[in-house]
Amino acid sequence: MRTFAQRWNLKPSLAFLAAVLAIVPFTLSNDFYFEIAILALFNAMIAVGLNLLMGYAGQISLAHGAFAGLGGYIAAILTGNYGLSPLFSIAVALGIMALLAYLLARPILRLHGHYLAMATLGVGIIISIVLNNEEELTGGTDGMSVESFSLFGHMFTESWEWYLLAALHLLALLWLAENLIDSPLGRILRSLHDSEKASASVGVKVAHYKSLIFVLSVVIAAFAGSLYAFFSGFISPQEAGFNRSIELVVMVVLGGMGRLYGAVIGAVILTLLPQFLTAFEDYQTLIYGAIIIGVMIFMPKGIVSLFDRWRRRG
Amino acid sequence: MLEIRNLTKRFGGLTAVDDISFRVAKGHIHAVIGPNGAGKTTLVNMISGVYRCDEGSVWLDGADITNTPTDQLVYRGVCRTFQNLEICGRMTVLENVLLGFDRYMSKSLFTTLFRSRQLLEDEQRYTDRAMHLLSLIGIEEFAHQEARNLSYGILKKLEIVRALATSPELILLDEPVAGLNPKETAEVAELIRTVVADEVTVILIEHDMRMVMELSDRITVMHFGKKLAEGTPEEIRNHPEVIEAYLGGNR
Repeated sequence: MRTFAQRWNLKPSLAFLAAVLAIVPFTLSNDFYFEIAILALFNAMIAVGLNLLMGYAGQISLAHGAFAGLGGYIAAILTGNYGLSPLFSIAVALGIMALLAYLLARPILRLHGHYLAMATLGVGIIISIVLNNEEELTGGTDGMSVESFSLFGHMFTESWEWYLLAALHLLALLWLAENLIDSPLGRILRSLHDSEKASASVGVKVAHYKSLIFVLSVVIAAFAGSLYAFFSGFISPQEAGFNRSIELVVMVVLGGMGRLYGAVIGAVILTLLPQFLTAFEDYQTLIYGAIIIGVMIFMPKGIVSLFDRWRRRG
Repeated sequence: MLEIRNLTKRFGGLTAVDDISFRVAKGHIHAVIGPNGAGKTTLVNMISGVYRCDEGSVWLDGADITNTPTDQLVYRGVCRTFQNLEICGRMTVLENVLLGFDRYMSKSLFTTLFRSRQLLEDEQRYTDRAMHLLSLIGIEEFAHQEARNLSYGILKKLEIVRALATSPELILLDEPVAGLNPKETAEVAELIRTVVADEVTVILIEHDMRMVMELSDRITVMHFGKKLAEGTPEEIRNHPEVIEAYLGGNR
């Protein structure tokens, strides 16, 4: 007989993370720390989504920063310029991003390896250029302010409210992602990573499933991106820039590709890192590059693999 | 069951497969043999929808399946294996077999994300069936190991098991014993004879002459893309042109 936890795929790692997330707020002494914690949570959501695409299905995207940023912009424009409610504008933004991702997926995901990386890089740069130049809508390089977030008449003003919102969404996302991975659909996605020929030979519509995971991953990024825009009250093209996309890839690689909680760990580290490196701000990209190279050489399976080793020994 | 009519494939100036025709009767093991570069694998790739056929047609039970993509062929009951392994290395042996069963399982996003009861029951049922298949082949002890850690011989068998999981009526085996030692070769031959050929029609592309002669009901011989001869193993063995072109040195 299955236990309740098995039936609903509730794993110890999820419970552990929930416990950590419950404790963390009590260690945050002021709003600045809260802000960083919330940013880490939103980053973790995007990284988990990107990991599903990169780590599990084996398709790289160098445009996830742009997708997250564009999602935020669309939601911001819909609330600011068209007076839609935040919830509704997020829903519309996700719909638009899903459609955009679907239209991009078919031509782009025919490519493999470097070619796919280059194509997504191009998409990211185009999005970034559009956001910089459409000044009337986006405020150009200066960015734009975003209306405050309210849900069913309740205004989100306190830091802890945002923290709770982000933490619950991250936990829900991890649970859904875990369900996805432990399923026939998840098996198909992983098979694409290893051998598309094998997948096709057992009846898998390869193009269909590559599009599906791409759309899913983009929608997750856009969701976190738009929530973050509301939280910070401001959005600029930098948040959709190339560096941002690289940062997200580093989170996934650093944490451990194809390891669900690796992306969370990577996101937390890469969100905290700039806070410690403020003196070296100009060299941030350089440091990210060094991290990628170092991880690839010394622990290609990411930080999570260190836990594996430690657990085996213990 | 399967009929191939005048199949032709050109790569630039080279005609890799030149006007090949033959029929495969239901329940038979039909071998296609020929020296390296004779166009055997190209032929498999054409039948299985990997390459487009320049000329000719492929018929399955009276229906035209020419140029049907590989993934759709599975739903018409045709499945293939590969000369160079196509196994998902980071997945376990069991998961590789389950991949073959996935055509029967729900892949809808909603049932997946919220773990419907149906999904869990299917997973249990097909896991049992996959384990049964693995035990028939005698590799169930490796079920939970990552495929990339296992020997070539086991993976060759695994690929056949995965193909069987899709419950094909026709299976295309592209050099199933290439690179295997004599013991493994004998095991795979036994596997083809007992498990596969029992219920499934087989097209066997193979170099190992002894195995082909033992297993096959009919043999088509290819040479430089053309059909050189066709017949029972006995006829092929005594066919003068075949002996000259292919068997010559050995006999």
